[in-house]
Amino acid sequence: MNQSRLPPLLAFASLGLVAGLGGFTVSHAKGFSYFKDDPAACVNCHVMKDQYESWQHSSHREWATCNECHMPHDLVGKYTRKAINGWNHSVKFTSGSFPEPIMIQRRNKEVALENCVSCHQTMVNDVLLGHRAERDEVRCTDCHGNVGHLGVG
Amino acid sequence: MNTNHSGRVGLWALVTVAFLLAGVGIGMLLTNIQERKSEGLMSPSLVQEIPAGELDPEVWGRNFPRQYGRFSMTETDYGRTRFGGSTPFDKLEAKPFLRKAWAGYAFSVDYNEERGHFYALEDQKRTRRTTEFNQPGACANCHAAEAPLLIQELGWEAFNSTPYDSLRDRLHLGSSCADCHDPATMDLRITRPAFMNAMEQRGIDLSKATRQEMRTYVCAQCHVEYYFLGPDKVLTFPWSRGTVIDSIEKHYDQYGFNDWTHAETGGGMLKMQHPEFETFTSSVHYASGVACADCHMPYTREGGVKISDHWVRSPLTNVNNSCQTCHKIPERDLIDRVEGIQIKTKEMLSLAEAAISDAIDAIVAARAAGASDEALAEARRLHRSSQMRWDFVDAENSMGFHSPQEAARILTHSVDLARQAQMAAWKLLPGPASSPPTRTTSPGR
Repeated sequence: MNQSRLPPLLAFASLGLVAGLGGFTVSHAKGFSYFKDDPAACVNCHVMKDQYESWQHSSHREWATCNECHMPHDLVGKYTRKAINGWNHSVKFTSGSFPEPIMIQRRNKEVALENCVSCHQTMVNDVLLGHRAERDEVRCTDCHGNVGHLGVG
Repeated sequence: MNTNHSGRVGLWALVTVAFLLAGVGIGMLLTNIQERKSEGLMSPSLVQEIPAGELDPEVWGRNFPRQYGRFSMTETDYGRTRFGGSTPFDKLEAKPFLRKAWAGYAFSVDYNEERGHFYALEDQKRTRRTTEFNQPGACANCHAAEAPLLIQELGWEAFNSTPYDSLRDRLHLGSSCADCHDPATMDLRITRPAFMNAMEQRGIDLSKATRQEMRTYVCAQCHVEYYFLGPDKVLTFPWSRGTVIDSIEKHYDQYGFNDWTHAETGGGMLKMQHPEFETFTSSVHYASGVACADCHMPYTREGGVKISDHWVRSPLTNVNNSCQTCHKIPERDLIDRVEGIQIKTKEMLSLAEAAISDAIDAIVAARAAGASDEALAEARRLHRSSQMRWDFVDAENSMGFHSPQEAARILTHSVDLARQAQMAAWKLLPGPASSPPTRTTSPGR
């Protein structure tokens, strides 16, 4: 073989190998499922099994999937949050360094509670009058904690 | 020639796509603006604007008929619970010990079981404590909706010191929506200066209070221990050291304040009034984020709308909404639990009453035997400390439920201090120390 062709050959070969291996890894980890809304994607990580199973027995089983409660409903917000959460989940689950029981973070809790109001707006409008309701988090799950995953997590 | 042509096609394609995306972006912005606009409209159809100084709940009720309808229910007598309820009765007849405990004070003349918020002003105007005693206008701070407007008109000190009888003709409304709500936004707000002053003194910024905290604070404007400070009788809360009874006592001791002199013992005494806020904030429920309104104005559904139930009353009459939202156990079990706590508190309360009665008897006997004021000082001081603790729990309207362990602790000290007072007084009696007088039977129940 011509000596001058070896470096580019090696470069392209490595690139191809990494791409192939990387692509296979993404596919093996069901990476593309995270762009969609199937709740089964969330239970790719078995640590979410309790939440997934209890949701299937909850009042919201027929009404709201994981993303419908936990993701903003607008396009930009939804995919931004998916990206942020996805990154955090990947890091934490790979390294194993997350405390249990898993506790929802502040921003994600705000999103979920805002979504309660988003669907139940006409019902709860009167109890959320006033400026403080905008400033504070609403506290639906303080009393209604079991409508999503039956009080588990 | 070929490259130029394909280059220009590429350029047009790029321009098209760029503007396509711009169009999408503008569309999204438009829908967002539309959403914000519709959020700005309040769902209740506003029949009329509520003027800034409007006090009459009936006017507010035109915009909020559901809440007003429930509030109007505070006029009804829903009966008695085991230790409370809305049926008025003469407490002095029911527990004659009270006349002895408060001898020389207005409360020994007239003291009744209170009823719904509807009667806040009416019952104050009628009680012999205001008709037969010269009370200051400060009494109207909490019992009249007109208080904030009169304070603005007359000034804080002048309002408090004006005789109650001079203000009677200006007071017509008891509890009102305006006490707790901003008429323009329905935001919860504080309207009573005494509470504002007390919180400022404690370094708590009310403007930063969360909605849930406000759902306790609006009640704390009135459901607190208070006194009238100085010649202007300025309504003040004794919280400079804290809100537990021990801190409250330290506050009063620092100022050497007494509510009255006991007619039988001659000692300076303190009267405690409805310290629900101080009691509840020491409880596990409060520490868990529960507000007064969660139990006493629980969310209730009327048709397809959820509102706070403005029929403020005993949660024992509304266990499903008040308790079972969080405690999913049978109603009977919940009531048993509450009453169990109350029965035990009552037991301790009765022991304190027996001890205080004995202490009063002992001091009276020592006084009759000729003991000097200096000699009686210790016994009188112990009686004062004991009785303020008993009163703190007795005047608090939950029979211990708002904070069971704290109520028990307070009553334990009350019993101990009363027996110490009794022993201190016995020491002043003539005769050998080995033969103390026989214990009198006290009427405490």
